[in-house]
Amino acid sequence: MSVGGGRQPIADRVVDPIGARSRGPATDRDDDRCDPEAARRRTARRRLVVAAVVLAVGSFLSLFVGVISVAPWSILDQDSDAYRALVISRIPRLLALLLAGSSLAVAGVIMQQVMRNRFVSPSTAGTTESAVLGIVLATLWFGGSSLTVRMLFAIATALVGTFVFVHLLRRVRLADIIVVPLLGLMFGAVITAVTVFIAYRYDLLQLIEIWTTGSFSRVLQGRYEPLYLVLLGAVVAYVFADRFTVVGMGERFATNLGVNHARILNLGIGIAAVNTAIVVVVVGAVPFLGLIVPNVVALWAGDNLRRTLPITALAGAAFVLACDVVGRVIRHPYEIPVGTVAGVIGGVVFIVLILRARTDRIG
Amino acid sequence: MTAPSIMAAPVSPAEAPAEPRRQTVRRRLALLALAAVVLVLAYQFAFVGDADAGYVMGLRLRQLGALVVVGAATGFATVLFQTIANSRILTPGVMGFDALFVFVQTIFVAVFGSAIVVDVDVRTRFLIDLVVMSAFGTVLFRWIFRRSSRDLFVLVLIGIVLGSLFTSLSLLSSRLLSPDDFLTLQDLTFASFNTVDRHLLVLTAVITVAAISAGIPLLRRLDVVALGRDSAVTLGVDYHRVVTATLLVVTVLVAVSTALVGPLTFVGLIVANLARRVLPTYRHSVLVTGAALWGIAFTVGGQFLVARVLDFSTTLTVCVNLVGGVYYVWLLLREATS
Repeated sequence: MSVGGGRQPIADRVVDPIGARSRGPATDRDDDRCDPEAARRRTARRRLVVAAVVLAVGSFLSLFVGVISVAPWSILDQDSDAYRALVISRIPRLLALLLAGSSLAVAGVIMQQVMRNRFVSPSTAGTTESAVLGIVLATLWFGGSSLTVRMLFAIATALVGTFVFVHLLRRVRLADIIVVPLLGLMFGAVITAVTVFIAYRYDLLQLIEIWTTGSFSRVLQGRYEPLYLVLLGAVVAYVFADRFTVVGMGERFATNLGVNHARILNLGIGIAAVNTAIVVVVVGAVPFLGLIVPNVVALWAGDNLRRTLPITALAGAAFVLACDVVGRVIRHPYEIPVGTVAGVIGGVVFIVLILRARTDRIG
Repeated sequence: MTAPSIMAAPVSPAEAPAEPRRQTVRRRLALLALAAVVLVLAYQFAFVGDADAGYVMGLRLRQLGALVVVGAATGFATVLFQTIANSRILTPGVMGFDALFVFVQTIFVAVFGSAIVVDVDVRTRFLIDLVVMSAFGTVLFRWIFRRSSRDLFVLVLIGIVLGSLFTSLSLLSSRLLSPDDFLTLQDLTFASFNTVDRHLLVLTAVITVAAISAGIPLLRRLDVVALGRDSAVTLGVDYHRVVTATLLVVTVLVAVSTALVGPLTFVGLIVANLARRVLPTYRHSVLVTGAALWGIAFTVGGQFLVARVLDFSTTLTVCVNLVGGVYYVWLLLREATS
């Protein structure tokens, strides 16, 4: 994760904060007294505001994409179809998008920080796959079970699966960071094979697809509210952000600074697993999101977690929003699940990231 | 660059004296062939019951044809691919070849529409698929190999991600199809050992034999390529030509097997590694024979187990994914920690 800071900014379309910094921030100089830390904090804040504004505008516009045409003023007429479309479908969908996207991105960035490997994420550590296994088990043992039961099962299996993987990794001394996502993907494939094995026996195969391909088309008022639980994890993550950063500097360093390394590590992994499981239960998996969004953000915002956490959350939300809108527009009036769109975009970005990681490994 | 440790057989061939080793190899090959034949016979004749014997025999013969073609093609192709990729953990299945095939088919339907696709004879369509896929696959994998030929894990990771990318792309394009086209596509890509198209079987068998025959002259050169690129070039082998030709053969064989029964990601990995483990030799003529025999024994035996013993309560693909996945994790761990 150490490569983020000094790199050329890429895809920096919002403003040009890093560029401004590297040219010497002439306007900031007077009141900062050349204090680089204060300047950095300010650029971070400015960046955050810009990102939030962009996301807010995008979110607002997304409310008007769909089969029923909705005008902004229809919110005033409570009897119209447009009003109902907004309140029952569009607004819940938007909220679900934002919650799911931001929490998956946050889960990814925490995992990467505490595991000190930028290719660890819910989709490359068996977390998502374990959650799906849990849902299948819940359906199997409790029939058409309630969302709560499924969620509890998914959380439990996601925690177990992720911790098994994490401790497997800590056991073996790997020579190469690129092996970690490789192992994780295979680990996930094995869990998926178990899931399919069970599902095939009990005719649940069709159900699996619902959770492996995330989609927001099922999100309606009254059906997504458990997703708000991810906010809890997000708050805890923000409170502990500095400690996660310290843990990311290595076990010995963290212990020297008085941080309980093992406990913070487990906390970070735990939050990531729980939030991922909640998202998978409510909307399904969004592949590669937790992997690519934090990496792209780290390319131009560095890896001080307290600073990057909010912006990563916003970027994750924006990514899911963009994927969803693309899925809604590309085959209007039909929809393409967000998981499929994210799978295509995420796959391409992931390959670029792998190739980049290799070419500047020397640095 | 000498052959890296991954290529070293567990039983080091250099240590055993040549003559007994050759005998061991010959004996084991004979045993493998015997096992394959026994399994084939068992599949054909065991548990007929009192159903219409003529029908059962015909159906089983067709299934067996598919299993044998797939097993042999996969085993042969995987050994070749492992050698040019210079690693035992790289196989066409792991590198996303079969996902690529599904994607090519999807694009095919999307471009030409179901009307044309249905009118065209199944064999012609397969041949067109094959040409497109071979061209595309060879170009793509040449590019990847050139880009990071010395970086094993990057290669595997890219392959896996490419596989999932192709799957997503196929899903995406299939969503864009009209319902009619989508049904056609489902017919095209839905394949299993239980429903084998007779015309397609004959054609794929012919192509498999042709591709394997085309691969046989390459085997001796691959013995040299297995030493690593630099040594191979020093020894006077036209490295690029051999690699390209091999890739072409591999692509054709994978396309054949995927068209017949759909993606079977780990079969190649398992049978090729079993062959390398059992046969203490570097000679590809022996290795590919062994892998093909293992492939036949594995697919026929596996399907026999799934269909007759477990009574279809699961599928061969699921079992292979489970066993193969665990085996792959083990191989990776061994590789990465050494």
